Amino acid sequence: MPKLTVDGIEVEVPAGATVLQACEAAGKEIPRFCYHERLSIAGNCRMCLVEVKPGPPKPQASCALPAADKQEIRTDSPMVKKAREGVMEFLLINHPLDCPICDQGGECDLQDQSVAYGRGFSRYAENKRAVTDKYMGPIVKTTMTRCIQCTRCVRFADEVAGVPDIGALYRGENMQITSYLEHAVASELSGNVVDLCPVGALTSKPYAFEARPWELKKTVAIDVMDAVGTNIRLDSRGRQVLRALPRINEDVNEEWAHDKTRHNVDGLVRARLDRPFVRRGGKLVEATWAEAFEAIRAVNAGWSVAAIAGDLLDAETMYAAKALMHSMGSDLLEGRQTGLVYDATNIAAVNFNTGIAGIETADVILLVGTNVRWEAPLVNTRIRKAIKKGAKVFAIGPEVDLTYKVEWLGNDLGLLAKLPKVVKDAFASAQRPALILGGGGLGAGAQGATLALVEPLGLVRDGWNGYNVLHMAASRMAGLMLGYAQPGGLADIVAQAPKLLFLLGADEVAADRFPNSFKVFIGHHGDKGAAMADVVLPAAAYSEKPGTYVNIEGRVQRGDRAVFPPGDAREDWAILRALSEVLGHKLPFDSFDALRAAMAGEVPALGQEGLAQYEWAPPSLDASASGPCGYPIKDFYLTNAICRASPTMQRCSAELVHGQSFAEAAE
Amino acid sequence: MADVHIPDEAETRARWSGFAWSAANVAKVKEIIGRYPPGRQHSAVMPLLDLAQRQVGVETQTQGWLPIPVIEYVAAQIDMPKIRALEVASFYTMYNLAPVGRFHVQVCGTTPCMLRGSDDVFRACKDKGLSKGHTTADGLFTLTEVECMGTCTNAPMVQINDDNYEDLTYETTATILDALAKGENPKTGPQVDRLGAEPQGGPTTLKEMVSENHDYRGDWA
Repeated sequence: MPKLTVDGIEVEVPAGATVLQACEAAGKEIPRFCYHERLSIAGNCRMCLVEVKPGPPKPQASCALPAADKQEIRTDSPMVKKAREGVMEFLLINHPLDCPICDQGGECDLQDQSVAYGRGFSRYAENKRAVTDKYMGPIVKTTMTRCIQCTRCVRFADEVAGVPDIGALYRGENMQITSYLEHAVASELSGNVVDLCPVGALTSKPYAFEARPWELKKTVAIDVMDAVGTNIRLDSRGRQVLRALPRINEDVNEEWAHDKTRHNVDGLVRARLDRPFVRRGGKLVEATWAEAFEAIRAVNAGWSVAAIAGDLLDAETMYAAKALMHSMGSDLLEGRQTGLVYDATNIAAVNFNTGIAGIETADVILLVGTNVRWEAPLVNTRIRKAIKKGAKVFAIGPEVDLTYKVEWLGNDLGLLAKLPKVVKDAFASAQRPALILGGGGLGAGAQGATLALVEPLGLVRDGWNGYNVLHMAASRMAGLMLGYAQPGGLADIVAQAPKLLFLLGADEVAADRFPNSFKVFIGHHGDKGAAMADVVLPAAAYSEKPGTYVNIEGRVQRGDRAVFPPGDAREDWAILRALSEVLGHKLPFDSFDALRAAMAGEVPALGQEGLAQYEWAPPSLDASASGPCGYPIKDFYLTNAICRASPTMQRCSAELVHGQSFAEAAE
Repeated sequence: MADVHIPDEAETRARWSGFAWSAANVAKVKEIIGRYPPGRQHSAVMPLLDLAQRQVGVETQTQGWLPIPVIEYVAAQIDMPKIRALEVASFYTMYNLAPVGRFHVQVCGTTPCMLRGSDDVFRACKDKGLSKGHTTADGLFTLTEVECMGTCTNAPMVQINDDNYEDLTYETTATILDALAKGENPKTGPQVDRLGAEPQGGPTTLKEMVSENHDYRGDWA
């Protein structure tokens, strides 16, 4: 624990900390470009110079200097001021003065720091260097003349994304950052380099020239593209969400977000349902709310009703639907729309028990039927971190590139009963062993077989539960907590053949499973669910309603409304509330707050943000499993109605998944 | 080589995707990788790229260059991301990213050579039909201006493939180029009467030491 003084303030920092971190601990701001907390140290921008005693009588780069006992650091001396001004002047030599047409303007580190630490003029009168722009894929727009070669993007691609496709070619003044042969960077995390870039060299392609940061309304929200519950900020102007950016949450997403989270937002203004529709003569025709409700009432379903929840739903909508079903005398609720069946009687047994941050500390990990890279890219980055700390990863399932070294055992779930010796040995000596059961494994019925491994592999021990289930739908955990799970899954509801079926944003239900039901689709996009419905009620997307979401680790999180739903569309709970009155089963809440209170009354865990506590009491299931499994996600970029409506996601899918070529000449 | 035009990718791939070490080089590769401790085989990238460039040179009857598929082949051999190997190849000027002629004429134009007459050397090259950054039509010579090669004592100098030619004048440069074009092996090293970096016209200091050992201590007074 070195003790040192920064500008006369005494601080004590953990061993191994850098001088820059010590300065931050003392509350001093150190300007920097190349240094980033989550990346390795490069020390090439020289902006973080400070004066260090004892040491040579010259400024030193604080980011790469270990803090040592009895050091005296000055960040406010004339030498430091002059050094910063000098570095800034050098950085600006080749940086174009095109801030008025640069998308980074207003949130640019170089802009801010040149105002704060620069000299205000330049002595450089010669020509500036120009660099041709590079193609980096459908997400990242490049203006390489602006690049100051901090190499944050290079280090991110290499270290966090695990796709070493970006590099710095040539040398000296000719150095250029580029993707390999200007091919698209094939990472689902590529959008993060836009945030990392301290200047306007890498900016967001879909968001190019859309808005200035200061005209945007910022709303705190939770991402629904996967079940990780990425904390995001929705930036909106008027009635449109223009971009989604990650918020820092060390427990969930650190400060990353994958490309689907960032760029689904252009799907929010396309293919939207903005008025009710009723099917007449086999065709959906526009109708008023009253006509639509009347058509539903005319079914006279009695107790023969059911509700299927989609993947993007908030807990409040599911609770309101559940309350309506109950008041009509039915408890046919299901959320696993594709027909997935597993035992959800004990939620701890279908939870990500190590926690998302916890999986980093695991030392042996067994992946069962999961393509983590596509099912939860931000869990994948955590596993990468675990491997860096020395963890071993084994996997059962079809081989895919997970960006790290995996020992593939084969695609046969029968292996679970007779694990190879090398796996058993690894688990025997493990302190924090973990197993991750993914969508493919769940679909192929591996739940019993993996639960049977809890004992022999010692997954559950004091202070550690290494049994993890990786869901893919943002609504899943909240749905399971609210009882959206029939013992036999969707088949149970098919068997009951309900007269009236509510599809709550459920777009993945096979169209032919309910031929005789009157289907009411309450959702926001005109996708598969709306196409097969008899009545379509336009509802709000995740950006247009406040909502509670529970992520894979049972973390209850809340998001706010960024914009209003388009046209006649309403928030889901309000639709259900209004409909309940027409159906003669008036729901007992008149406001969103009352609904939340009622929900918290029934499921207290949903009433407060933070980790929900589940008691570990796994069911005893048939432990046999055999045969191959396949991964449920066939196309990472088109997993739900919002991204299917998004031109950006379609482009990503065509280019990165299906290999279509969009090579374009650099502008 | 920042401004070189990297040849068409499809064409290069068609020509070079089948690249593999020659029988003689397989053993050398093993030896080179073996120089580094296990897990550190990335360190072998530079000697391997050099070896690959030489092999390409043998195959094309030139000084050799590094087509993209060859760089990828080397990267794959030491389990290195392709871009990392390309970074190395593009950083060092001794790796050629574009084809060169049979003789890669690298003329030093840095200050000491310039003061000692590298302009004459360039003029000689120009008169022989060489132009900077280009290969002559007969495929014999590629001219590149390079920075200091560390032979300032013998300035001006030129490096042609693996050999240095030093103490050049307009005439000697022209003679060397003519000899190379004829397939002869001109004398390498200084083109004037001296050995290596010794003083021109005989020793200028320690003269008594030339013939026998001499104790200078008596002279110090």
